[in-house]
Amino acid sequence: MGIDFLTRGITPWGQSVFTHISWDLLWVSFFAGVVFLAAHSVYMLLSAHSKRASADVDALEAKLKGLPEKIQRHSLPARMFHWIMAASMLTLLFTSFLPIVGVKFAWVEWHWMAGLVLAASILYHIIHATFFMDFWSIWVGPKDIPELKSEMMRELGGDTSGPKAAKYPLGNRLYHMAIVVTGIGASATGLFMMKKVQTPFFTRDPYILADATWSWMYVAHGAAGVALVGLTMAHIYFAIRPEKLWLTKSMLFGFITRRQYLEHHDPTRWRVPGSEPVGGRPSE
Amino acid sequence: MAVIHDMMPAFELFQPASLDDALGLLDRHGADAWVMAGGLDSFDWLKDRIRKPAVVVELGAIDGLRGVKAAGDGIEIGAMTTLTEVVTNPLVREKFGVLFQGAEAAASPQIRNQGTIGGNLSQDARCWYYRAGWSCYRAGGNVCYADTPTAVNREHAIFGADRCVAVNPSDTAPAMIALDAKMVIRSSKGERIVDAQDYFVGPGTDITRLTTLQPGELLTAIRIPGTWAGAEFYTEKVADRKVWDFPLVNIASAMKVNGSTIERARIVVNAVAAQPMRLEAVEQFVAGKPRNEETANAAGELAVRGAVPLAHNAYKIPLMRNLVKRAIRGGDNGWASTS
Repeated sequence: MGIDFLTRGITPWGQSVFTHISWDLLWVSFFAGVVFLAAHSVYMLLSAHSKRASADVDALEAKLKGLPEKIQRHSLPARMFHWIMAASMLTLLFTSFLPIVGVKFAWVEWHWMAGLVLAASILYHIIHATFFMDFWSIWVGPKDIPELKSEMMRELGGDTSGPKAAKYPLGNRLYHMAIVVTGIGASATGLFMMKKVQTPFFTRDPYILADATWSWMYVAHGAAGVALVGLTMAHIYFAIRPEKLWLTKSMLFGFITRRQYLEHHDPTRWRVPGSEPVGGRPSE
Repeated sequence: MAVIHDMMPAFELFQPASLDDALGLLDRHGADAWVMAGGLDSFDWLKDRIRKPAVVVELGAIDGLRGVKAAGDGIEIGAMTTLTEVVTNPLVREKFGVLFQGAEAAASPQIRNQGTIGGNLSQDARCWYYRAGWSCYRAGGNVCYADTPTAVNREHAIFGADRCVAVNPSDTAPAMIALDAKMVIRSSKGERIVDAQDYFVGPGTDITRLTTLQPGELLTAIRIPGTWAGAEFYTEKVADRKVWDFPLVNIASAMKVNGSTIERARIVVNAVAAQPMRLEAVEQFVAGKPRNEETANAAGELAVRGAVPLAHNAYKIPLMRNLVKRAIRGGDNGWASTS
């Protein structure tokens, strides 16, 4: 007996269409998340962590005299976006999947209201990141291959002079990419789906799209939703790991300390206002 | 889709002679089993080939599920008791006129001879989009064909629409809630008793069911306490035909009146939502009020607060308002009785 990935239904015109993904995939995502957490926990026991050596940090600190004690990592608007998005995302996940696992309640209104909050926060974030932040700092591309190589070498215990992270570590940026795809996928399809439920905004009308189009809309929404279960589990896991708490605190309070900046980041790749110009790679 | 009438799909038929045997079968077959009481709802589903159960468990041979008997100051009705037996039972007529009236309003004499009280309470929604076998929300899909700009939704919900706008079509459910009946539910795991009010569920709770019954469970009896025995009752059903039709709106009320003052009341309206609506705000409002036109008018207005009509069923709002008014007034418009 295998897993059915998609469920089918019949339209008034006799067409067989997909109605949604199989909710067995929720459990696949959940257990994939659990396995990842367990595997990562074991890995972290064996890994050589990539923090810069204390003596190197001391040397850098002496060299970069203009660095403030507290370095802003996330502005207040960015933090507000993050926590509003987190609250709406958790509300969306709980309201969609608790009924599926047997906790029955009137979930639809909560779900679409949280969805609107998420969509609005994403729109805000796109505008904020485009015009008021370093837009390209979060994206991943070929330019990151040297960082990937050097981080892998460090994880294996090697002493490499390759680049350290800029403002966002590579893992953060890869995670952001996954959230962009799934979050926007779920939000965009969800906005269309609001035409099918009673809200104060629209007259219900399933005929704005063809049944086959709707079927893929539901499949995409469901697939993004179950993927977000695993991704959210991973995110919360990393947020509470001891070696990552400094990042979590920065999302609460907005700043990291000068030592944390020098331990984990490459000052040539993430220039902080107020610091003296840096002549070359700090580790050199 | 093409609907093939009168050709039932093949299934394995079981006709257990005891409740334990029936529960054992339901336990063994779980969601694959279809429970059949009088068959009036079941045969529609089966002959239209919309439902294709692997197993049908027919309960007609279980004598223990039939009959009306006294239970303390109330009565207990077996779930397989026919509606005719309910209507003609002296205890029901003497003490609980609202149930007698509700049961007599159901369908036609022939159907009442075959249909059971358990089946009438547990019957499925009559939305024809759902009954046509399309993948609507209630059928596990992702669309409500009854609530669109072009839908025919004259009979559908004005309250509590949560994706699905189908209504509960039962004639006896309002009376059971008005009488504060207890529903006895058995499964192989044991017995649970739920208030009639909680027996019915809306789409927010479970969009694919109208009752709290789960696979493996059976409604075995309805216990009506004596709390409202001999109260002043009112029943009215408005339908397109005088007989053999489902309600557009129906109402059942039980009222304790002292002189011209309403002491307390239970008022239930059906066919306006996916579950029968007990009007608790109205009940609280009328308690202690004089039974007059002013109270009736205010109760009617209160009853319909929050109603959201669909394209073709706005008429249900004044209809419900007026039925509530008439229930408060009592009298000869509907089917009022004092036992």
